[in-house]
Order: sequence, then C-alpha cells, then structure tokens
Amino acid sequence: MDPAGRKVRVATAWLSGCSGCHMSLLDMDERLLELASRIELMASPLTDWKEFPETDVTLVEGAVGNVEQLELIRLIRSRSRLLVSLGDCAITGNVPAMRNVYPVEDLLRESYEAQSAPVIGVPGRGSAVPRLIDRVLQVHQVVEVDYFLPGCPPDAGAIYELLAALCEGRQPALETRRFG
Amino acid sequence: MSVKTLTIDGRPVTGRAGETIFNVAWDNGIRIPRLCHVGGLTDVGACRLCLVEIEGQNRLAAACLTPVEEGMVVRTQTDRLREHRRLLVELLLAERNHVCSVCVMNGACELQDLAAELGVDHVRLRYLHPKLEVDTSHERFGMDHNRCVLCTRCVRVCDEVEGAHTKDVAGRGTLSRIIHDLDQPWGESDTCTGCGKCVHVCPTGALFTKGKSVMEMIKDRRFLKYIVTARERRQWILQEEK
Repeated sequence: MDPAGRKVRVATAWLSGCSGCHMSLLDMDERLLELASRIELMASPLTDWKEFPETDVTLVEGAVGNVEQLELIRLIRSRSRLLVSLGDCAITGNVPAMRNVYPVEDLLRESYEAQSAPVIGVPGRGSAVPRLIDRVLQVHQVVEVDYFLPGCPPDAGAIYELLAALCEGRQPALETRRFG
Repeated sequence: MSVKTLTIDGRPVTGRAGETIFNVAWDNGIRIPRLCHVGGLTDVGACRLCLVEIEGQNRLAAACLTPVEEGMVVRTQTDRLREHRRLLVELLLAERNHVCSVCVMNGACELQDLAAELGVDHVRLRYLHPKLEVDTSHERFGMDHNRCVLCTRCVRVCDEVEGAHTKDVAGRGTLSRIIHDLDQPWGESDTCTGCGKCVHVCPTGALFTKGKSVMEMIKDRRFLKYIVTARERRQWILQEEK
C-alpha cells in the first residue's frame, strides 16, 4: 500500500537480458507474499498484456538492443511514474553490449550465415525478428531513469528494499549497489 | 629528520619531511581513494583519484605526489572531490569494456570496489566500446586490454622490482595501451622473466593467470611488501598494506 492506502501498481519488463534479474526478484522468497498484499502486479514477462499499463513503478531488466525494445522502453517510460533500471544489462549494457565492438551487419552475417547450419539467411525487412539497432544502449541513454539497481543480478534484498520503500513513499536505503 | 605538522580532515597529524600527503593520511587511518598507487612502487599520479584540496591553493593536488608541508591544511573528503572522483571512475568505466559479470576479478576488483564506494550506480557518459585485443600469447598469463585502466602498476613493478622493464606504454590518449618490448606479443618477449609480479599488482582483470574463469582470479601482492622491506631494512618481514 502507498501512504494513502492504495495498492502500488508495479510492472516488470524484460529487454535484452538473461532473465536473471527476474529470477533474483523471485529470490525474495516469502517476502513476495508480504509484497503481494501491498502491490498490484500490472504486467510482467509472464502475464498476458495487450498494451503496456499505467504504473507507479516499472522495473526494467535488460539493455535496449532492437527497434521493438526501443519503442517499448519509450512507451513504458510514458506510462510509469517511476522507472527502475534493474541490473547491469539495463544500466551498463553488460553482456548484450559486448556486440557493440562489431558492426551489426557483420554480426548478423556471422550468426545467420557463416556459423549457421542450415544457412537461413539474415532476416530482412518485414521479418518477424525485430531489427537490431547499431549499438546496444543503456536504458538511461534512451529515457530518464529514476532508480538504478546494479548487480548481475541485483541482490534480492536490494530489490525488496526498493519496492518496500516505494510502497511506503520513502527513499530506499540501498547499501549493496555494485556492478557485477 | 625533520617533522612536519599539518591538518588532514580537521585532524592534526605529523609526517616526515618528504613524505607524501597520501602516506601520512593512510598512516593516520585516513583512507584516500587510489588506483595507480601501490605501496613500494614509485608514484606517478596517473589515476587522479587521490586528488585533495589544500587550503590556499586553487588547484587540486594528487596526494600521492605532494609532500607534506608545515602548517598545511588538507581536505580529502569534500563534495567537490567526491564529484571529481565519481566522474573519474565513470570515465574509466566508459573508456573500455569492463564487463564485471564475466570478469575473472569480479568481486575482487579494485575498480569495481571504487565504483561501489563512490556510489557510482550508473555511468552518465556514453560508453566508447572500443575493439581491443586480448593477448594470450604468453604461456601462463593473459592481458585483456578491455579491462586495463592504464594505472601502469605493471610497468613499474616490472621495471623497479623485477628489473626487466618488459612492459611500457605506447600511444596517446584513449589509444594508449600497455605493450611488451618493442610492441610484440607478450609470449614473444625476450625480456619477460615470467615472474608474474605484474599480474598480482594489476587492480582489475586486465592481467590474469590463464585457466581462471569468472570470479576465480585471486591476486596477492604481499610479495611486493616483502621485497621492498628487504631492500630498505634488510629484513624479510611483512609490513602493513598501504
């Protein structure tokens, strides 16, 4: 509940990341039950949503790597009162951004042709696969971010503290903020 | 031996003439952040993290290169210094590819520790993502230029302690990099003795022992203390870390 007694509307999103940050979220164990009574989970990678909802807090895992994610993060920002970059991929680009040292065309050729058996060819325009952007971007390079929770993954206790504090309308006391 | 009396962070302290602000501060339990300094090697002031304010001077001074003076008033923790140090760490993180999660030194890295200590929870600058080499030509060690912060600890330990001077710095600005001999693969160096001192003084995962996976690299630079103390005092003992 927020101080006014309303359930806090929370959503989580998954861009270019390994889902490890979401696993860490689940690592809150029994604290999830306590949070469940205080928040309303509006959207997550496991819930079916047609249109991204309006939220009080959205936790974003992963970096921005393709045109679909670029569009989604802008939409998420416009519909979230507070946006949290959850984990190293969202904050630093981490492993997904390791591709930034190569031109996208070379990467695609390598993955879909040179190293692919059978050769299926580089997905072209109109393909179901979203087009990769030239460089993987940190979330805060695209939209404004309110809180950063580094870690690969961030500690479950830190995620809990952040959500609990935002529910209570206070500043989170985050001591374990660390990359890696 | 003449003694200098000064104030650091409001505390009256004393040091010997010629001693640096950095050493006097640490001797008195005042921990100034650093990356390029390592006790026993010549200081070069490369990382600028130990910058301090000295009353009456507009310019910030690198504590590791500034000798103490009588009546000096030094401040090591101010908002201005904190902001500079934060930005320095952000610049280091943005300049090369420090991907902590897949580093041999994850959890034991001095750059990672500094970022956490200075509250760097994101980098405000654009990452450069340069394409850099990983030299694994040496039989036992590797050099990952992606993780190098150019502190030159390896260059100095190789020259001053091992006496080989295999390593040096080539290039300018962001193109600077550590080289071996006449810029040849490490494994082909004629002067490298394979002692591994460079690996153990390296603050990040740039220098590592081959075969180590993520988080597995442990660096131990106590050898340096033994050697330096032995040279200075003719005693094979371990002195306190500085």
